[in-house]
Amino acid sequence: MVTENKESKFKWGMAVDIDKCTGCQACVLACQSENNIPINTEKNFKNARAIEWIRVERYWEGEFPDVKAKFIPILCQHCDNAPCEPVCPVYATYHTTEGLNVQVYNRCVGTRYCANGCPYLVRFFNYWEPEWPESLKNHLNPDVTVRSRGIMEKCTMCIQRIRRTTRNAKKNDEELKDGDISPACVDACPTDALVFGNQKDENSKVSRMKNDKRSYTLLDNNLQTSPNIFYLAKIDHDKKESTHHEEGKHH
Amino acid sequence: MQQRRKLDQKQINQELLSGNLKTPKWYIPTMLFLGFFVVTGFATILYMFNKGLGVTGLSRPVYWGLFITTFVFWVGISHAGIMISAILRLTQAEWRRPVTRAAELLTVFSLLTALFFPLMHAGRPWRIVYWLMPYDFARGIWPNVRSPLFWDPIAIGTYLTGSTLFLYIALIPDLAVLRDRTTGWQKVFYTILALGWRGNPRQWLLQAVAGILLSALMLPIFVSVHSIVSWDFAITPSVEGWHSTIFAPYFVIGAVHSGVSAVVTMMALMRWLWKWNNHIRPEHFDALARLLIVVATAWLGCTFLELIFSVYGREAPEIALRELMIFTWPWNLLFIIFLLTGYIIPVGFWIFKKARNNIVIMFWTSILVNVGMWLERFLIIVPGLARKQPFTFTWEAYTPSLVEWYILVWSFAWVSFLMLLFARFFPLIPLFETKESQVFTSETKIGRATVPVIYREED
Repeated sequence: MVTENKESKFKWGMAVDIDKCTGCQACVLACQSENNIPINTEKNFKNARAIEWIRVERYWEGEFPDVKAKFIPILCQHCDNAPCEPVCPVYATYHTTEGLNVQVYNRCVGTRYCANGCPYLVRFFNYWEPEWPESLKNHLNPDVTVRSRGIMEKCTMCIQRIRRTTRNAKKNDEELKDGDISPACVDACPTDALVFGNQKDENSKVSRMKNDKRSYTLLDNNLQTSPNIFYLAKIDHDKKESTHHEEGKHH
Repeated sequence: MQQRRKLDQKQINQELLSGNLKTPKWYIPTMLFLGFFVVTGFATILYMFNKGLGVTGLSRPVYWGLFITTFVFWVGISHAGIMISAILRLTQAEWRRPVTRAAELLTVFSLLTALFFPLMHAGRPWRIVYWLMPYDFARGIWPNVRSPLFWDPIAIGTYLTGSTLFLYIALIPDLAVLRDRTTGWQKVFYTILALGWRGNPRQWLLQAVAGILLSALMLPIFVSVHSIVSWDFAITPSVEGWHSTIFAPYFVIGAVHSGVSAVVTMMALMRWLWKWNNHIRPEHFDALARLLIVVATAWLGCTFLELIFSVYGREAPEIALRELMIFTWPWNLLFIIFLLTGYIIPVGFWIFKKARNNIVIMFWTSILVNVGMWLERFLIIVPGLARKQPFTFTWEAYTPSLVEWYILVWSFAWVSFLMLLFARFFPLIPLFETKESQVFTSETKIGRATVPVIYREED
């Protein structure tokens, strides 16, 4: 079910260099404000209903006192063979020709089956009608739909930015250069751990990182999801070799 | 067979129509009691629709909880009807006669109730009605035929249609009896429903043929409905404990286990409420319990096969999940209750003839079975979601909220309410089947004893 569309010039992908990630959560915050995600209150976290299209998972490795923290930003993997897509009874989630897995909010009926199918837990359900404090109401991004309750939502790779940039380039008869488009999380990352680009362009930064020897994808060996997010393993300076996250896959 | 008594037709009519021609004393208080739960239950559901699914205990990893568990539970109960009325009819088990209608009724009402649950589960049911029910041909937007959630309504819709037809066809001769014994608006009501039944040979032939045809046509549904419900889980590879190849037969046999047990519960209640001691006799409980021992054992076999399959693969996440389910508090408590109530206690009683013929014991053991079967579905659905591997960062517990528990209570009250409402207007034990059974019955001498014998139906 790998939907490789030959006509499209683009196959978007992202590379995440875990070695560079400091766990600062800037990407989480940028995503929050770019995509009109309601404020995650303490209560939301306690009920495990927080909506974070990108989240930074923190794992501790080793025994005290030799403990290391490892951060891994997890966002929608935009799998080529996405387990969330075939289970939706109304086609509310589908694959674009540019390799993105997208959610059609208007079609979603709220069965939450896609979320069960997703092994990465990056699909979020609006349990309540979203609310913002009065002071933030004028700060909503007009390019992004506000999702009502009962709807699944997920990372779109900031499709509004992709569309805007490609449209402007077409209008001005310009070629898109690598790095012209960047989702909010990539923009916000202070260490450049996140890199976004076109995988069909062999010289793009994301393609080069994808082919790095440290590169792996999440859970791909087990579930054959073929994700389009590539993780670059952390370099453990004590061992002088790169360590891989569980069940990773070399490219 | 010694318990069978020769009854004349007048007595059969009197006994079986007693609840229809006048209201029993216990009826109105019981209906008011159930009605309270039905009304407040619907109010709770509307409250949930109004506020949003935030009022449930569901969270991010545990997206499916009590509603889906209860949905599977009621679809399981619905297998009562098809087991009793189709399989036992085709295999000519004579003892099925008094319970066919009640079992079929339980099927129809439990399916109707089961259908509520996916709608409630989605939180905004009008959207499901908009997107799934009328196909949007005009805009060329089709439902996704690859999704098991699309197969579900088809399977359940077919089952519901078949069961309703079956129930109605078996009801026609009795409706004519009621038509002839009532006056006023009731007569009009029964006249319309009886479809001009006069009981001539041609009508009887058509009625019998329709019954046999429907039971044969419904046999595939017997296998398909719960298989499809099981595929809601089995086709999801990302949840440990869900993607098992044994799920289809495992769910079907479990459904028969819970469905037939529900019929036992209902038979005991019918015997006590309407005092139908002549019709629902210990021999019926004995026969059902013997059937149940076989079904329960096959089901237990599937339960352990499922465990063995999961451990045999030696995948760390799968083994970790089983460890959670079986050995970790509080899941281990649920698992023990599930094994005790689903198999060990009931079958432990049923292997003794005395217990099988004791209606009080049969009533309580059959209730225990359904407690166990509900827990089985809960243990299949929730642990896998709460511990989605390997992202330990997102593990969660699931505590169903009061709203969810109350809607579970509502579903039981709602099914009982509908059954009793039906029982007020239509006979729960088929009159014509009982009379037919009397005709087939004769007496024969074996040694010194005179015992009743039954001629086979086909002759």
